[in-house]
Amino acid sequence: MKRIYVKEEWCLGCHLCEYNCAFANSGMTDMVKALRGKTIYPRIQVEQDENGVTYAVSCRHCKDPICVKSCIAGALSKKDGVIEIDHSKCVGCLTCVLVCPYGAVVEDGSGVAQKCELCMKNTCGSPACVKGCPNGAIVYEDRGDAE
Amino acid sequence: MKQYVIIGNGVAAAGCIEGIRSVDAEGRITVISAEKHPVYCRPLISYYLENKTDLQRMHYRGDSFYQDNHAEVIYGRTVSAIDKDAKQVTLDNGDTLSYDALCCCTGSSPFVPPMQGLETVQNKFNFMTIDDSLALEQAVTPESKVLIIGAGLIGLKCAEGLHSRVKQITVCDLAPRVLSSILDDKCAAMMQKHLEQNGISFILGTSAKEFSGNHVTMQNGTALDFDVLVLAVGVRANTALVKDAGGNVNRGIVVDDACRTSLADIYAAGDCTEYHDISSDTVKVMALMPNAYMQGHTAGVNMAGGEAVFDNAIPMNSIGFFGFHCHTAGAQPEGCEMYEESDENHIKRLFVKDDRLTGFMLLGHMHRTGIYTALIRNKTPLSSVDFDRLRIEPQLSALGSAYRDKVLKGAV
Repeated sequence: MKRIYVKEEWCLGCHLCEYNCAFANSGMTDMVKALRGKTIYPRIQVEQDENGVTYAVSCRHCKDPICVKSCIAGALSKKDGVIEIDHSKCVGCLTCVLVCPYGAVVEDGSGVAQKCELCMKNTCGSPACVKGCPNGAIVYEDRGDAE
Repeated sequence: MKQYVIIGNGVAAAGCIEGIRSVDAEGRITVISAEKHPVYCRPLISYYLENKTDLQRMHYRGDSFYQDNHAEVIYGRTVSAIDKDAKQVTLDNGDTLSYDALCCCTGSSPFVPPMQGLETVQNKFNFMTIDDSLALEQAVTPESKVLIIGAGLIGLKCAEGLHSRVKQITVCDLAPRVLSSILDDKCAAMMQKHLEQNGISFILGTSAKEFSGNHVTMQNGTALDFDVLVLAVGVRANTALVKDAGGNVNRGIVVDDACRTSLADIYAAGDCTEYHDISSDTVKVMALMPNAYMQGHTAGVNMAGGEAVFDNAIPMNSIGFFGFHCHTAGAQPEGCEMYEESDENHIKRLFVKDDRLTGFMLLGHMHRTGIYTALIRNKTPLSSVDFDRLRIEPQLSALGSAYRDKVLKGAV
């Protein structure tokens, strides 16, 4: 299935993916109104290594998702390869944050958990981080599945 | 067609059903459920009292879970005996069920130490099941004064759940600190302060000496009146069925990495078991919901003829009260080094021994903690990562470019 992959050699470290992610999931139509003056809680995180190389990290939609197995509220599930959160069931215990080995599940600023759902539940249609990356450093493609 | 019997209907049982069905679509699964509810999220019983969830949303799986998995549930019945030679179980109504593979997911029961005069208390409750929560909901009023015995995870979640429904909550514990099984003195003190700021009172380092109706006298002389008593001292694994059948049992049912008991074709999973904690290299009862699911799933796969192991279990807890969270995992072995960062509102303590992260306690700031948890779980040599950067902030960038390429450029 298609997933989000990064090309760190192209990443500028501009953090635009974080803003595009926060906007896409804000439910608002105006980016300025959605983000201006606000702390953003994106579902993708830009990291920088000791050599200054940058890249973005988001949910890997793993084959054997420990977040789904660990969720105490039955709110996380995997459907058609995509790991999603039922926000009506999440109680904000943050067990998923405790167990995700990639640090890809994060708190949303209001106390509950959120994660990349490949922009399938918002109006974006395809991942906003990929569409908005100015240097093609984030791609959405099929590289097969884990063994 | 194989016959599978699962005793218990909690999350370990749900994991077992899903594990079986990942291998065997045909076999017949029968679940024996003492509680008259489909599998629900047990830790959410306090969130129910807080109105953060409801009975429908507390279901662990969708409405058609059993139907989709072709599992039959016998509600309101318990198993009275396992006959390992005849490979059948006898229910409390005398019915018998044959099995090819059996999984014991019997959970744990509240442990109530003998306390003088306890029988004179009218309004007393445990806090383990949804029915306990519903009964407490009925028993309290905005004028209630609640006494909770036990400042562990169950007692404190109960306190949080009842907080907005009652006038006063006092929690007492023999231990000198709150959450004594998962937090050390400094971390516990910060959590206790936060709880006190939210109106919870504590009597710690002493136990109840004598009850008389709605009155208690503590060993240290403190006396208190209350209307509702909650007993949350601790739990004991329900091991009797396997023990009586001749299986190995200590504090929990002894299981291996494949969740097999010492008896042929009998598996066990969840809070009724004891198993290997790789962070401390000891065997213990770790009554934790994520582990229960993973054990149940492992048992199910093996029962159906597949191959699975759960060989990296560690204790881990994510728990928060009134918006203030803590994450703990692993162990704090003797002779470990501690890396610490703290200020008024947060503490980070990482425990390191023999080139491994063995455990941590984090309070107040929970961001990407799972990267630390994975270091414990995978026993990653710290000499192979950039721990100086990692201990400041959990990040994949400190785990080396080869790992990063594997995780971010391919499917995992």
